Amino acid sequence: MKITRRQFVKGGAAAFTMTFAAPEFLSDLARAQGASVRNLIVLYLSGGNDALSMLVPYNDSFYYSRRGSIAVPAGSVLQIGTDSSGVALGLHPRLTGLRQIFNQGGLALIQRTGYDNQSRSHFQGTDIWSTANPANSTGLGWIGRYLDLLPSPVDPLVGWNTTRDLPRVLQANKVAVPAIPNPAQYSFNSPNAGVEAQVERAAAIRINSHVPVDRPEVAFVYGSAQAAMATLDRVAQVATYTPGGYPNTPFGQAMRAVAGAMVRGIGTKVFYVTTGGFDTHSGQGVNQVNGSYYGLMGILNDGLIAFYNDIRNQGLLGDTLLLTFSEFGRRINENGSAGTDHGAGSLMMAMGGRVNGGFYGTAARLNPDPQNPTLENGGNDVHFAVDFRSVYAQVIDRWLGGNSQNVLSGNFARPDLSFI
Amino acid sequence: MAFIYDQQFEHLLRRAGFGARPDELDAYRRMAFGEAVDTLIHYEQIADDVDSKISQAGYAQIAAPGRVFSPNSVIADAQQRWLFRMLHTDRPLQEKMTLFWHNHFATGYTKLAGAAGVGPAEATRYMAAKPSEDAGGVRGQIEMLRDNALGNFQSLLVEIAKDTAMLIWLDGRTNTRAMPQENFGREIMELFTMGVGHYTESDVYAAARVFTGWNLTRTGGAAPALTFVYNAGQHDTNAKTFSFPIYPDGSATIGARSAANGMQDGLDFIAALARNPNTANYLARKLYRFFISEFGEIDGEFVNRVSATYFQSGYNMRAVVREVLMSRQFWDERNRFTRYSWPAEFTIRVIKDVGWQGLSLNDARIALGNMGQVLFDPPDVAGWEAGQSWFSTGAMLSRMNYASALAANQKFALGRAAADHAGSPNELLTWVLDSLKTAPLSSDVTADLLDYLRANGPWTGSTTQVQNKVAGAVHLVAGTPEYQFV
Repeated sequence: MKITRRQFVKGGAAAFTMTFAAPEFLSDLARAQGASVRNLIVLYLSGGNDALSMLVPYNDSFYYSRRGSIAVPAGSVLQIGTDSSGVALGLHPRLTGLRQIFNQGGLALIQRTGYDNQSRSHFQGTDIWSTANPANSTGLGWIGRYLDLLPSPVDPLVGWNTTRDLPRVLQANKVAVPAIPNPAQYSFNSPNAGVEAQVERAAAIRINSHVPVDRPEVAFVYGSAQAAMATLDRVAQVATYTPGGYPNTPFGQAMRAVAGAMVRGIGTKVFYVTTGGFDTHSGQGVNQVNGSYYGLMGILNDGLIAFYNDIRNQGLLGDTLLLTFSEFGRRINENGSAGTDHGAGSLMMAMGGRVNGGFYGTAARLNPDPQNPTLENGGNDVHFAVDFRSVYAQVIDRWLGGNSQNVLSGNFARPDLSFI
Repeated sequence: MAFIYDQQFEHLLRRAGFGARPDELDAYRRMAFGEAVDTLIHYEQIADDVDSKISQAGYAQIAAPGRVFSPNSVIADAQQRWLFRMLHTDRPLQEKMTLFWHNHFATGYTKLAGAAGVGPAEATRYMAAKPSEDAGGVRGQIEMLRDNALGNFQSLLVEIAKDTAMLIWLDGRTNTRAMPQENFGREIMELFTMGVGHYTESDVYAAARVFTGWNLTRTGGAAPALTFVYNAGQHDTNAKTFSFPIYPDGSATIGARSAANGMQDGLDFIAALARNPNTANYLARKLYRFFISEFGEIDGEFVNRVSATYFQSGYNMRAVVREVLMSRQFWDERNRFTRYSWPAEFTIRVIKDVGWQGLSLNDARIALGNMGQVLFDPPDVAGWEAGQSWFSTGAMLSRMNYASALAANQKFALGRAAADHAGSPNELLTWVLDSLKTAPLSSDVTADLLDYLRANGPWTGSTTQVQNKVAGAVHLVAGTPEYQFV
């Protein structure tokens, strides 16, 4: 069959479209929806963070006997107290900023988070943490479902993803969360200049308003393009926020953009940030200043303390909650490569001006006795004691003002998890 | 630029290649379908001379500011060379399958470059070196995948298990008897063969022990390099038992062997994985999503047929991919434009559609990163998250902006080519749509495009107006959601 494409121009509709113009007064809408001015930052430590190197049970002799070369010496840890089960705990020595926040009461450490039959796969594990659904982890993200339940129309900048790709945690039916890794590069260019470029931009906005409602896969891309066009101007404002004090790491720069969005008041409620490299199978370098894990702690600590100080100075600390997760903790035993393999129970952190700081959950006892109830998998891995969905439920109900039973399809609330 | 809209061959070349240069489309249009598929499949009958065209007139340009172009030791240059191949090769399916395997056996340059005792230049060698150009004869992982692009899957698994980059990437080089390393043992089951859910945690332990001693050693000579060695002294000689069959008789145990013969453990295990029905199923489903469609459910009849071919052919990927390309599902019109293009596919396709005279592939390389796909550096061992994940707002803007940069770069050539087709906005739009071979646009969108061409002053058809408008229209059309589908 040979036809020229001319016939498509003449022939007309190839699809059934509906025109959805972006709301005209986006900033008003954003203001209305952001009236509660509470921000949530979800921070993903990708690769499976070794919780036992970050929060060290430095009086547990099995910690030292099972981790010959990579245990943090008791004399090096930053001691921060004892949890409700009587285990003395200390932060990794590079986390001086986090100790400061902890001592000021702004940091909650939620130990042994996870779920039953924990997947030790990075990908399935990340999907489970992202969807909050261990039984079927291929659906929408828990943040995405929360956004879907907001009253329409939802401002496209209600969420801000600082990574390039769309993580599952943000996947939603009704909202295309913009990906803005660098606000300074978030622009619409044209091969022309002046008025010609302006009419071209106007055409792009109109083109992307015709959403082919009978083809959801194509409509998704329309939604993304439309959200991009609708958010350009406000993101440009954020690009003008360039305070010093942030480390020049991708994580530090992402946290600066988050602070910028908050300071400029563009209406964003949920941010997603990630920092990676936690899949430390070999040469974990926990104690050496130029070691791999030591460096990871430096990136994390320096980015977080810069952000914390910045928003405190801006008077925004009370509006801010940062929540971390990682797909799993790591095996208790050191492996043959001076690293650790994929394990189970994980550590979550919550940081912010209204956080009730301290320890939540209890530390594992690392005695490899198969009967040890705090371990699993024949004593090889840390067994979870706090369902991660209970942490999400607290955040949804007590911070975001949502309904966790609707978002999580079940009642996971645990009032004793009073970190917020 | 092609004028004739010949949808079947465009579809074939979008899926089995990276779109169609005018010369490619002209050549394939003269063939019957089976002949076209066989031409793509039996690519070894076509000269592999694409690299020799680098820096010649008439081809896209590479840029290596302040250095000699060094694709065997500088990753940015390796990336440019691969883009050059995708654009100018006469063996498009070989490059397409190389990209498929690169995503399947996803290995990332960044970890290699940062690994102790490796560094950027060696990491590039292990990823990309051509053995004929490397003083130590190193064959980088992508060259190995290219050599085996339509080879035997079991052989490919053996090659990848012995591949230097893989042994660094998944830490096999430190897998020893006393301290087994689980990373490769897990991923070969989860991501390379059967898929998650078809093995247990104790299988992971056993698989790690199977590969103990599959390590690296550094060769001597003028250009020393890390290369595979079976280190018998580090092999765990005890029996290993799995939850699934290892041998054709159904036995699930690899018996104890002497250390000297212990490498056979890994070969037996790989044979078992290649023979496992879950592997056939996993590959068939992945091929469906790559070649047929990302919309809707995976067609069970397709999976059964492709799996059957996999076994009947003895895991021969040439037979398997031929089955895919000749399938009724591949030729079903409803499956056209049902795959979200990968950034590499979008970028090369739009260059093929618009032109490359004086174009720098270094710019394309950088743009690809903004769209979320750095070649030789997938984010993790699962490869890139394809489909809708490519289409965040930032990535969509990056695609639009690459189309803009390309249209600006090709503005004069576009103006000349369109000059005879620019009597009216309608005529010019028809020419642009013919050239870009996009999926059908709705009448609302074509109306907006016509409005754009009519805006900012009356139509005169002057050289300047045609240059500006054709560049603007190319930018807008290549930036439509429809154009993002292949």
